[in-house]
Amino acid sequence: MTSKICTHEKLVSKGIISELRKICSRVLCCADTLGYSRDDQFAVHLAMEEAFVNAVKHGNKQDPQKDIIVEYGLGPEKIEIWVTDQGEGFNPSDLADPRSSENIYKTGGRGVLLIKSYMDSVEYNKTGNCVHMVKFSSKSA
Amino acid sequence: MEQLKPRISVYYAQNTTIVTLTDEKLLEDEDIKALEDSVMPLIDGAVNIVIDFSNVQFLSSAVLGLLIRISKKVNENKGRLKLCCINPKIFEIFKITRLNEIFDIHDDAKKALLSLK
Repeated sequence: MTSKICTHEKLVSKGIISELRKICSRVLCCADTLGYSRDDQFAVHLAMEEAFVNAVKHGNKQDPQKDIIVEYGLGPEKIEIWVTDQGEGFNPSDLADPRSSENIYKTGGRGVLLIKSYMDSVEYNKTGNCVHMVKFSSKSA
Repeated sequence: MEQLKPRISVYYAQNTTIVTLTDEKLLEDEDIKALEDSVMPLIDGAVNIVIDFSNVQFLSSAVLGLLIRISKKVNENKGRLKLCCINPKIFEIFKITRLNEIFDIHDDAKKALLSLK
């Protein structure tokens, strides 16, 4: 029988990626308890890693005085994660396609593509400094 | 005292350098920098390199950037680069980013070596 545990937390962290990875570990631990598949956990892990790196490096420009706000909610059917930085934001539609021939040899620019590929829903706020990601349990599909 | 952990193991066969990545997860900037510092000095002249991913269970896009830097250096030196033993989950990342189209990826090191003959 699947336990109907639901977790919701909002955390404010200094933009230190190792600290943010601890939040990711907590989310993955809860996801495992809730019976999410290894593939789902892999997807959430990768999306959180890419979102954290984007928030710290591109959003906050690695300014240690700026915070990253992480909010997440887990239930048996879906995992929702919000990652907000204190940067100026960006327009995701301005991002170049890293798969195009002119960009394929570039060493960066693949994080948002991976987030969108692995999560079921990805939305940015109007400012472009907050990403909301949703992964539905493949077991409830 | 900080524990030093080798990022790669290296052996040589048929005029090729086979680099096995030893970490299961490749995420941290320091790990990726250490990996880069270990691999780049091996590309000295027109060497053929096989990178074996059999231990790698998770990586981020930062590692893809490193692979492109390695590939550029190998090509500049007129060598050849092959990747092998990439597990299906990691291979999916290559497919999504279409890097499977620019890297020559083989099932195992033996097949990668054969492709260099």
